[in-house]
Amino acid sequence: MTTSKVMPALSLMAPALVAGTMAAPAAAATVSITIPRVNVAEYHRPYVVGWLEPAAGGAARTVFVWYDVKKAGRESGTKWLADLRTWWRKGGRSMQLPADGLSGATRAPGTYQVPLPANLAPGDYVLKVEAARETGGRELVSVPISVPVKKGGSASGSSELGAVTVR
Amino acid sequence: MRRNHILIASAAVAAVLASPASAHRQWLLPSTTTVAGTDEYVTVDAAVSNDLFYPDHFPMSPDQVTVWAPDGSVGKLENPATGRYRSTFDVKIDKPGTWKIGTQRSGVMGTFKVNGEEWRLGGRGRPMGAPGAGGPGAQGGAPARRVENVADIPANATDVKLVETLAANYIYVTADAPTKTVFTATGKGLEIEPITHPDELVSNEEGQFRFLVDGKPAAGVKVTVVPGSKKYREAEQAQELTTGADGVLHVKWPVAGMYWINASAADAKPSEKRASERRMSYTATVEVVAP
Repeated sequence: MTTSKVMPALSLMAPALVAGTMAAPAAAATVSITIPRVNVAEYHRPYVVGWLEPAAGGAARTVFVWYDVKKAGRESGTKWLADLRTWWRKGGRSMQLPADGLSGATRAPGTYQVPLPANLAPGDYVLKVEAARETGGRELVSVPISVPVKKGGSASGSSELGAVTVR
Repeated sequence: MRRNHILIASAAVAAVLASPASAHRQWLLPSTTTVAGTDEYVTVDAAVSNDLFYPDHFPMSPDQVTVWAPDGSVGKLENPATGRYRSTFDVKIDKPGTWKIGTQRSGVMGTFKVNGEEWRLGGRGRPMGAPGAGGPGAQGGAPARRVENVADIPANATDVKLVETLAANYIYVTADAPTKTVFTATGKGLEIEPITHPDELVSNEEGQFRFLVDGKPAAGVKVTVVPGSKKYREAEQAQELTTGADGVLHVKWPVAGMYWINASAADAKPSEKRASERRMSYTATVEVVAP
């Protein structure tokens, strides 16, 4: 995984940017993710990834991935992406990162909004958010949703993630 | 690749090959089975011991180990070192896909008689020359009537009882997406064809592997599956399983962690003409992650 490779597929690109620059369609939904403050001696911001899986099974679609994008050299920031172990198996391992509109720097504790892709086919999905922290834990939170999103949904982690809410 | 290589038996290897019932287990333990990108190394421990993966008996020699890259090329061992209880080495995982690292050994061992005296082929100790080529067993008094090669068995030998042994012991390491090139069956001996890939096992999903003998699905292969770190719980949690009629082994994982899988089979189809039996074993260490 190097930064110099050409983006593999348009489908991976920039749903967030597209949603942001066009007039937001009525169906556009947003996920908010809370990264909790963890009171430990050695704290590092977690790697966090969100992806959508069709409820009936099928390919996962990554919505965002926050990792140490800037860390280069002998141990680049991509090295620890495999620690997001569920996402890694579900498709992270086949992606080229960084990816425009998907990847970003790690976030400090707080709540962040990310638009879901505007071009999702209607149907049932599970939004999964996974966090892994250096010298810390790992947690996976699942939120079942229907697209177009009318009701939204929410779930909460207990250690590495706070509330994950789609609305 | 050290096929067709008569076993130069270290005590450790002999323990595993000669007596499958022996509890001493030969194992390779990678630091991880999954890496992101192609700039990573895995570092591997290799040893023979009862408990997995707790080295307290003998190291495995790194000289026996071969590295197969996903593109079919042979990779390189770096920094090999042998300690009292375990050896270690590193492998640079510099190509995407699934790598195979481990040992493939074959040999013939057994006994025969010359003038009523029992001789051994293979096994422990130093060979003492062919019968009649000097006073066998004269020095030392230990059971030294031993030859190393089938060709050294004299024409007048009687009661020739030879067993051909094939033993493979592997780990698999994947950079980025897994591939299956290293599982291409050679059609010789006991092999596996993954249904679930050994580098994408999860504790809440059944593992499935098809065992093949000479390239064909092998029913009734006995397989022992043991999770590591027994020290930190009550039971060993070893499972004694058998492949089904389709050669498929179904494994449920009681815990997440590293597992030692050891399969054995025997038949009467040795490639060495003077042998009457063939014993095959396939061993792998796999990593099962928590969901």
